Amino acid sequence: MSTLLGQSQLQETFELNIGPQHPATHGVLRLKVTMDGEYIVKAEPVLGYIHRMHEKMGENRTWNKFWPNLGRLDYLSAIAYNHGYAGLVERAAGIEVPERAEYIRVITVELNRIQSHLLWFGAFVLDLGGFTPLMYAFDEREQILDLLESVTGSRLTYCYFRFGGVYNDIDDDFITGTRAFIKRFRPQIPMYHDLVTGNVILMERLVDIGHVSSEMCRKYGATGPVLRGSGVNFDIRKNEPYSVYPEFDFDVPVYTECDSMARYMVRMKEMEQSLRIIEQALDKIPDGPYIAEKVPKMIKPVKGDYHFAVEAARGTFSMRTVSDGTNQSYRMRLRSPTYSNLSLFEEASRGMLLADALAFMGSLDLVIPEMDR
Amino acid sequence: MDRAKIKKELEMLAAEGLPAEEPTEEAAPEPQAADEEQDAKKSKKAAEEPPRVNGLLETDYNARGFHLDVQVNPDQVVAAAEILDREGLTMEMVTGVDWLKENQFEVVYDYSYTGGELFRVVVRARIDREKPDIPTISEVYPGANWHERETWDLFGINFVGHPQLERFLLPDDADFHPLRKDFKP
Repeated sequence: MSTLLGQSQLQETFELNIGPQHPATHGVLRLKVTMDGEYIVKAEPVLGYIHRMHEKMGENRTWNKFWPNLGRLDYLSAIAYNHGYAGLVERAAGIEVPERAEYIRVITVELNRIQSHLLWFGAFVLDLGGFTPLMYAFDEREQILDLLESVTGSRLTYCYFRFGGVYNDIDDDFITGTRAFIKRFRPQIPMYHDLVTGNVILMERLVDIGHVSSEMCRKYGATGPVLRGSGVNFDIRKNEPYSVYPEFDFDVPVYTECDSMARYMVRMKEMEQSLRIIEQALDKIPDGPYIAEKVPKMIKPVKGDYHFAVEAARGTFSMRTVSDGTNQSYRMRLRSPTYSNLSLFEEASRGMLLADALAFMGSLDLVIPEMDR
Repeated sequence: MDRAKIKKELEMLAAEGLPAEEPTEEAAPEPQAADEEQDAKKSKKAAEEPPRVNGLLETDYNARGFHLDVQVNPDQVVAAAEILDREGLTMEMVTGVDWLKENQFEVVYDYSYTGGELFRVVVRARIDREKPDIPTISEVYPGANWHERETWDLFGINFVGHPQLERFLLPDDADFHPLRKDFKP
């Protein structure tokens, strides 16, 4: 398609502004697009409309007081962000976590991941003009939110983890409720595939559109389903195991087509794998304390740099902190996955039809507060 | 990816830069020593990092979260990026740290390997706070473009050769760099 560029008779391009308030951007993202007819010459994302300077906030409060900020970055997979921060400070301060706490963490993170993928699925198909799947997805998602609300106390901006464990133990109601959810949700996934995946309109919009090669992913630092949709088998849960993930048997879905459809399929398959992880975790969860008994009130990590990465729903979320030995961080760096994933948009969308580019953007699964921080 | 090769090449690179680095190194220890004394008072567990060999430090992954830590001269960051690019590593992030007491900025580059066996490399360079110039690596890794632009936005570190060093997260009319330690809102 790029050969068509500049071949229109008038050789004229025009500027098009999309956003910051636009339903396809799912938040306050703005695109400055230079168009040649229906084809994109250059699409430049403009960020910062919901920038809150979380990194500075990390520097001027104690380690404990930074917890609520973690729920406000990626509001769809906030528990994975909790996990990243917990892991970082536990590594820095050498805090031991009881095994039961790690199991609870994994169960809630995976539930959160399914919930995030479900919302993405509904909203993505809505972008492409299909309304019904959104209602199905929200029906399932609602049940996860109810389950998580019963243990974490909140439905969206979770602040559930603590250093050395979690804030609240899970009870029998949660376990039976989660088992019932798994039983109900598992047969729904083939139904989604029947309803959506084979649909010819969807195929036309996604197959062979939005090509992102593995080399491009590497150069731009793209991770998560974008990378796995490009044929690279990389998942932090497998490649850099943290928490109790090595104890579970699960697969990492990888598709080599590099198109929007591949990214769609990766996320759909990931939901099944998350169900497997939760099921095993519920079977294996040991008794014991849900939070470490001896966690110092004033945490003072040894001077130096620390790094911790987790697999959030959108890719690698890694945190880097520089400690100066006091009870505050000297520098807190949050590396959000969609920031890197979107940075390849300008190169990948060149020569694409505008409508395809918006579908491609949907397949990147953007969450704007997480990019802007 | 060949770990030993990366280590060897980075070591050679960092060693090359050592003589030029001497003046800053001699100036640096004094504030650092004062720093450490203060820290010893605050916490008894003072950092016991092994000294860098030719600017290279093999870190304990379980304690730090990365395998290799390399200190290079500011003009060598592009060469370091090229070495890591040849071996197929991903640029994960670029960021800055403001060392106000030492009157320096530190620019930190995180690289990781996504092709299989885990390997994380940290490359760091120190620049003068009064004249914060460092070459851009966005020619090698186009993904660094946004990270460097953000670092300029928030720290005022000037990435020489960067194609679009404009305000990114902050509004276009901002005239401050909020992550500097002497920033007063």
